Amino acid sequence: MNMNGHSPAQHIVVAIVEDKPGVLQRVAGLFRRRGFNIESLAVGHSESEGLSRITLVVDGASAPVEQVVKQLYKLIDVVKVSDLTDEAMVSRELVLMKIRCTSENRHEIIEIANLFRANIVDIATSSLILQITGDQEKIDALLDLCKPYGIRELTRTGTVSMVRGNRTTTVKETESDEIAKVHQSQGRRVSDSQELPFSSD
Amino acid sequence: MVKMNGSQILLECLKREGTTTVFGYPGGAVLPLYDAIPEFPEIHHVLVRHEQSAAHMADGFARATGEVGVCLATSGPGATNLVTGIATSFLDSTPMVAITGNVARTLLGKDGFQEADSTGITQPITKHNYLVMRAENIAMTVREAFHIASTGRPGPVHIDIPKDVLQEEVEFIWPEKINLRGYKPNTKGHTGMIRRAAEAISTAKKPLIISGHGIKWGNAQAELIALAEKANIPVITTFLGIGGFPETHQLSYGWLGMHGMYHANMAADEADVVIGIGMRFDDRAMGRFSDFNPDATIVHIDIDPAEIGKNLPTAIPVVGDVKQVLPEITEIIPTGDNKPWLSWIEKVAEEHPSLEVRETRRLIPQYIIRSLYEETNGQATITTGVGQHQMWAGQHYFYNDPRQLISSGGLGTMGFELPAAIGAQIAKPDAEIWAICGDAGFQMTLQELAVCIDERAPVKIAIMNNAYLGMVRQWQELFYDDNYVSVAVTQPDFSKIAEAYGIKAIKVETKADVLPAIAEAREFDGPVLIDFHVDQEENVWPMVPAGAALRETIEIPEKELIR
Repeated sequence: MNMNGHSPAQHIVVAIVEDKPGVLQRVAGLFRRRGFNIESLAVGHSESEGLSRITLVVDGASAPVEQVVKQLYKLIDVVKVSDLTDEAMVSRELVLMKIRCTSENRHEIIEIANLFRANIVDIATSSLILQITGDQEKIDALLDLCKPYGIRELTRTGTVSMVRGNRTTTVKETESDEIAKVHQSQGRRVSDSQELPFSSD
Repeated sequence: MVKMNGSQILLECLKREGTTTVFGYPGGAVLPLYDAIPEFPEIHHVLVRHEQSAAHMADGFARATGEVGVCLATSGPGATNLVTGIATSFLDSTPMVAITGNVARTLLGKDGFQEADSTGITQPITKHNYLVMRAENIAMTVREAFHIASTGRPGPVHIDIPKDVLQEEVEFIWPEKINLRGYKPNTKGHTGMIRRAAEAISTAKKPLIISGHGIKWGNAQAELIALAEKANIPVITTFLGIGGFPETHQLSYGWLGMHGMYHANMAADEADVVIGIGMRFDDRAMGRFSDFNPDATIVHIDIDPAEIGKNLPTAIPVVGDVKQVLPEITEIIPTGDNKPWLSWIEKVAEEHPSLEVRETRRLIPQYIIRSLYEETNGQATITTGVGQHQMWAGQHYFYNDPRQLISSGGLGTMGFELPAAIGAQIAKPDAEIWAICGDAGFQMTLQELAVCIDERAPVKIAIMNNAYLGMVRQWQELFYDDNYVSVAVTQPDFSKIAEAYGIKAIKVETKADVLPAIAEAREFDGPVLIDFHVDQEENVWPMVPAGAALRETIEIPEKELIR
């Protein structure tokens, strides 16, 4: 683990992409075809309308990250790619885990959760759901501690990251309204009710 | 305000992009489009006999002219038949726009009749693709597609349009401007890198230029010649780069790779500075990557940054348009003569000749192709498919123009040669075009003979008929102990096939008949097919076995010399 809380082989790559249908398939297809391994992938809207932000945690051992970045750039819908690995940054992931518990050990688990500043978001007779946000190191540590009780279900959002300080990894170039209108509707289903506000469906 | 339907808009946009010829095949989903074609007399529609050939013809058209080739097919099977042709274009970086229809929007995703997820299928084999869901988006999409296909490293762009979008009536607005935030090809080379490249070239004792297909797409032959001549740098090319540097130029040392010239392979292995220009250090050219001349400093000039360092570690990368970058390097390098280095290569070439056409009684393809070269004064455009005939066409014809050899190098598509020749012939009606075919590959697209008649395309077809899948047989002989499996191909009488299509045919079985047949074909005003019955077990030499290094190039074995 380094100062950013991820292992040295892992690279965090942020791609700012046009919010168009099929973008996610293009990115995923590229990784599959070139044999790059993805540890996690998180996607959602960015600060600019029409642009989505994809955060990829890439196994650097599976491919030179420089190639990953260059191949991503070749996709027309990918506007900007940044390898944040060596930057000072904030990296977070949200995890929900359903842990087996009994009336005897429930308090013990709650105590562990408190130490990690994890929240109990649901509680039932023989299980409870913990919600934790943090970097990978913190999450791995909590997982280790919870394992002995029995993790019945686990879901992770994938890491999202942002560079610390005043610098940003944003796209400054804006599009004229008419071009943006076409780009945002290119390939999108026309629905009677409303446009689907999907982030790169 | 001009209202048009989607089909009219599409054709109007093609017209405005300068498209004169569309290669296509109609079907249900593109009926509205075909309905509108007669309204656009500026656009000539060539009816193919299989959609794969539509893409190959557009590809041949593009390679012969440098313009964007356009092909058209219906939904489902029409689109899937295009796939091989699109992939061929993608691997060889041909500017192409492929248009397909699809089922109506309401039926998309419902597995309707003749529905395929066309954009899903073509996504990994196109530079970009589009599914157009509104007629009002067609114009901008077409403009973007042509821009993407023809700029930077060229490539195919696929546009898929549902049938009801082709029928939808909207106002036609020609977008004056397009803007793609994510696509800004870098044409100007980095000044610092250009300086470093020039330094490396200046201090090199044994510099070697390896030029590729990029010279063609960048229209940079003159710039390449200027660079090579100023410092007397020997030039070898990749297979697709053949003709990028004139092969009769005194600094030309042929091409390298699996069936490249022995001396070219040795030079690539011996050079101290390798200057890759508009090429991608492909495995067929470089042999085993880990053993490619480990001591050489590699300078790599290419417009696609992702090619830099992909296969080989590059010391000095220059990302930019070869046409702009090469003069900048030429300007700052000193003149040189490289005498000892050039004579080293010449000595190897003398001691290990690769291109001698042996005196044989039997009819061998090398003799035919060399004769063709001499008879046509090296002026013909040659198309090939893939395999032995392709390698011999590369070896025994000599090309001085980057657009002269049209061949499926990257994907290696059998059957490419005939449709590509037709596409090239339609682009250049006055050019002399020879499709050099294998007998097996010819059978993959021979139905296009009909198009030669339809279009009055005087393509000359020379089949190197050895009744084998020649290259596969060669590998089975050399690497699988003569265990010939599924390589002997039963042949129809090709002359009769040609005649059935109304095409003049000549059968040649002896050496004595070769020159008269070529002369007869050249004199005849119209397409001609020559069925050359060649020696069945002739092999292509030299050869770098798959996975071997260039220095392990094998020359023709003694026993084959005297055969």
